[in-house]
Amino acid sequence: MGNKTPLYQAHLDSGAKIVDFGGWDMPIHYGSQVEEHHYVRKDVGMFDVSHMTIVDLKGAEAEAYLRFLLANDVAKLKTLGKALYTGMLNEKGGVIDDLIVYRMPEGFRLVVNCATREKDLAWMGRHVDGFDAELTERPELAMVAVQGPRAIELSKQVAASASELIDGLSVFQGLEHGDWMFCRTGYTGEDGLEIIVPATEVESFWKGLEAAGVHPCGLGARDTLRLEAGMNLYGLDMDESVSPLEANMGWTVSFSEDRDFLGKAALVAQKEAGVPNRQVGLVLEARGVLRAHQKVLVEQGGETLEGEITSGTFSPTLGYSVALARVPKSANGNVSVEMRNKQVPVKLVKAPFVRNGEKVYE
Amino acid sequence: MSNIPSELKYLSSHEWVRVEADGETAVIGITDHAQELLGDVVFVEVPELGAEIAAGDEAGVVESVKAASDIFSPVSGEVVAINEALEESPETVNSEPYDEGWFFKVKLSDVTELDALLDAEAYTDVCEADDH
Repeated sequence: MGNKTPLYQAHLDSGAKIVDFGGWDMPIHYGSQVEEHHYVRKDVGMFDVSHMTIVDLKGAEAEAYLRFLLANDVAKLKTLGKALYTGMLNEKGGVIDDLIVYRMPEGFRLVVNCATREKDLAWMGRHVDGFDAELTERPELAMVAVQGPRAIELSKQVAASASELIDGLSVFQGLEHGDWMFCRTGYTGEDGLEIIVPATEVESFWKGLEAAGVHPCGLGARDTLRLEAGMNLYGLDMDESVSPLEANMGWTVSFSEDRDFLGKAALVAQKEAGVPNRQVGLVLEARGVLRAHQKVLVEQGGETLEGEITSGTFSPTLGYSVALARVPKSANGNVSVEMRNKQVPVKLVKAPFVRNGEKVYE
Repeated sequence: MSNIPSELKYLSSHEWVRVEADGETAVIGITDHAQELLGDVVFVEVPELGAEIAAGDEAGVVESVKAASDIFSPVSGEVVAINEALEESPETVNSEPYDEGWFFKVKLSDVTELDALLDAEAYTDVCEADDH
């Protein structure tokens, strides 16, 4: 038996199929993963993401600490509630985790992955020594992601007292409303909110959303949605052995000269020596599904370069398969994937594949 | 518990066989339990029309969002029909695994092969063992 979120019973009530996810008993789907995917692209769906770890940070040196801890620079967060996506790196420049950090009225709030919770907290705790800053985990908070073209409209309807606050949110901003927090963020490539709610209130909120017409969606649809949106999944697309520069996270690393951060020296050295690999998108328009760990072969100049699919799936929006892969930096020839003992030609593209319900790659 | 019709024969790898009224044509598909395990089916590959297949041969592939799975033929003979509708609507395998979601039909070359297959009761035991 794994950990259970405060919505566990609500999931069973809605007919969820429960699986283990990083030590948590979570809904994989409520009948059809593909239908749930379409709800989010075309209408509105909601996900229980209460398994994610929320950590608050306060203290006079909270900002100085995060500027050292994280590869992106929280000094960029000029306005209240503004959020930043960033990697947290080890000294070798490998990704310990990816996370979102919000600027709060006093300090910051971090949302990190559930499967990496213990090592994240240990790493953060080890490096906070010497800073006037204090980390507090917030397990009493649950989180619901409401995503899709009607997500804002229906969230306002159900959380009526926060309606004005929701209207005022810019993209990638989160603001508190009493004990709640409404964040214009997500992991689907659609507009929507991630809403942090006290665990004691989340079940009635969830049921209210469901009654208003928001479809419960499982982690299966969450995965196909994020992959279509070209977003990385920690543990597959990057981990401690992978540099953010090889995982399409270069845009999240801030190399300003006046700031040192954990992993910076290793990344600077890697840039000077030449980053060996890059992340690309792959598309298979013929029959078949690209899957993680399949071998990618690139024919160019009479030699064959090898790469690997880091995550792949069937794209319900496009009707064929898409994948993220890591290939040698120079790879740009005829690309094929080894699938079930056959070499199948695929197209190399730039992710994302889908945004706001539409195909976006060339 | 998944649906396991009593009149069908089964393989422990989750294929079912139904013998048509003519006594010599076998219809083959995958079970309700198999489609539940796979989740949403997105591609089905069936053998070519006219192909000769032997019992135990790989006879196709079913791919879901989650996984790819080989399909084995429970019987030997010539492939006399394939379910072309699955090309357009693979999700039929999820909604109607024993009816519109059939894969292919074989003209049996040896009807005694049917005796070696699992009956519904034996197949139920296989599924229960899977669940534990």
